[in-house]
Amino acid sequence: MATSSSDSPALLDIAEVSKSFGSVEVLRSVSLKVAKGEVVTVIGPSGSGKTTLLRCVNFLESYDSGSIRIDGREVGFRDGGARQRRSEHDLAAMRAETGMVFQSFNLFPHLTAAGNIMLGLTKVRGKSKSEARAIAEHWLGRVGLAHKADSLPAELSGGQQQRVGIARAVAMEPKILLLDEITSALDPELVGEVLAVVRSLAEDGMTMVMVTHEMAFARDASSRIVFMADGGVSAVGPPKEVLAAETTNERLRSFLARFRASQF
Amino acid sequence: MGYTLNFNLIWRHFDKLWGGLLLSLELAVISIAIGIVIGLVLAVWYVSAGRVVRGVIAAYVEFIRNVPLILLVYLVFYGLPTVIDVAYSAQTSFVATLALYSGAYLVEVFRSGLEAVPRGQIDAGKAIGLTPWQRLIHVRLPTMMRITLPALSNTFISLFKDTSVASVISVPELTYGAQWINFNTFRIVEVYLVVTAMYLVTGYALLFALRLVERWYRTAR
Repeated sequence: MATSSSDSPALLDIAEVSKSFGSVEVLRSVSLKVAKGEVVTVIGPSGSGKTTLLRCVNFLESYDSGSIRIDGREVGFRDGGARQRRSEHDLAAMRAETGMVFQSFNLFPHLTAAGNIMLGLTKVRGKSKSEARAIAEHWLGRVGLAHKADSLPAELSGGQQQRVGIARAVAMEPKILLLDEITSALDPELVGEVLAVVRSLAEDGMTMVMVTHEMAFARDASSRIVFMADGGVSAVGPPKEVLAAETTNERLRSFLARFRASQF
Repeated sequence: MGYTLNFNLIWRHFDKLWGGLLLSLELAVISIAIGIVIGLVLAVWYVSAGRVVRGVIAAYVEFIRNVPLILLVYLVFYGLPTVIDVAYSAQTSFVATLALYSGAYLVEVFRSGLEAVPRGQIDAGKAIGLTPWQRLIHVRLPTMMRITLPALSNTFISLFKDTSVASVISVPELTYGAQWINFNTFRIVEVYLVVTAMYLVTGYALLFALRLVERWYRTAR
């Protein structure tokens, strides 16, 4: 796994990002750098801003201040400091550089597994149908669903749908993959098959930022873990440090205690 | 009562009814085709527009929905040509009226369908880099179609029945054919029994066919 040093050039650079929903401050000056090839896991109690942070990275949510850069380019606002929202067309182009996998899969119900993957490839990447189909089949093979290429989402199990969701995201060859609690909506026996896919992507060197409640997986697969509480980064470091039982961080300790009781 | 049913005169003039039925179907099909275009354009416009446009579209919908169809037919056929200098046949006038009428209902159908497209699907479309227009064409409309197809079928069938209103301006559709036979043979019970059966059978056949289309659309790939 890649280095976790914070002075290597950052692929993703989140700097002092703040955001409020009305009077509720969901992100408080969050800063985080992610280097190419890193797998960064964001943990924390619900309502701590994890998902919102992830959704800001591909500008599904806007933010009030701070900046988020991918490869040096500001994601949602025009370059040049004026804090002018990018045009919808530019936003679409920027979002194509990040992939996202959702908690509730969000497959397009009218398209087959292959069709879901092909849509972005043909409409956004401009590939021909046959090229796109070949790429879709390649990725469906990678996630173990080559035989389900022509199935509709409704005909797939949750775990299968989520693996299509991952294939749809990575087929676009994004610079960063964002995973938003991708196993939370799955039956326990289906979690393993999805995490196995994520693990193999990590081994390929895919840069990932993931929000998860799977502590054991976070410990094994992450280069770094970020603990968020009350909209801010409360602790960050290698899994062994952050998940250590003897941490002095009070919020983190009580958060981990809940998981130790059930999972460790 | 010395009334005995005699259908012979009805069968002798059956071409009037058959031709009327075909015209009724034609009127319904053309009207809903135009109505779908009106409904789609206005619904898409509505959900992305500001308050003024929304107000204008809502006013159109409210006006049509609260005025009896027969009155709209009179207004367009007799009223409009006296105000502005246009000339059109009764049939054209009726199709225009029925298109505007179904359009108003379909704006509501499509609008609620568009609003029922799950947020997550739109997010997924954004996340792979689709532009707003691409999201509309490839994500929102296909999902909206699935949601609204049953309501669309129902609108079409009720529109087919509404074509009977065209008889008031002498468009020779099914009900007009029935009136013609009645006036010429005085077989009022027989002719309206036959015509009722024709509306019923056609309505059920349409319903059955449209349910097949819906099922095909749900599983099409």
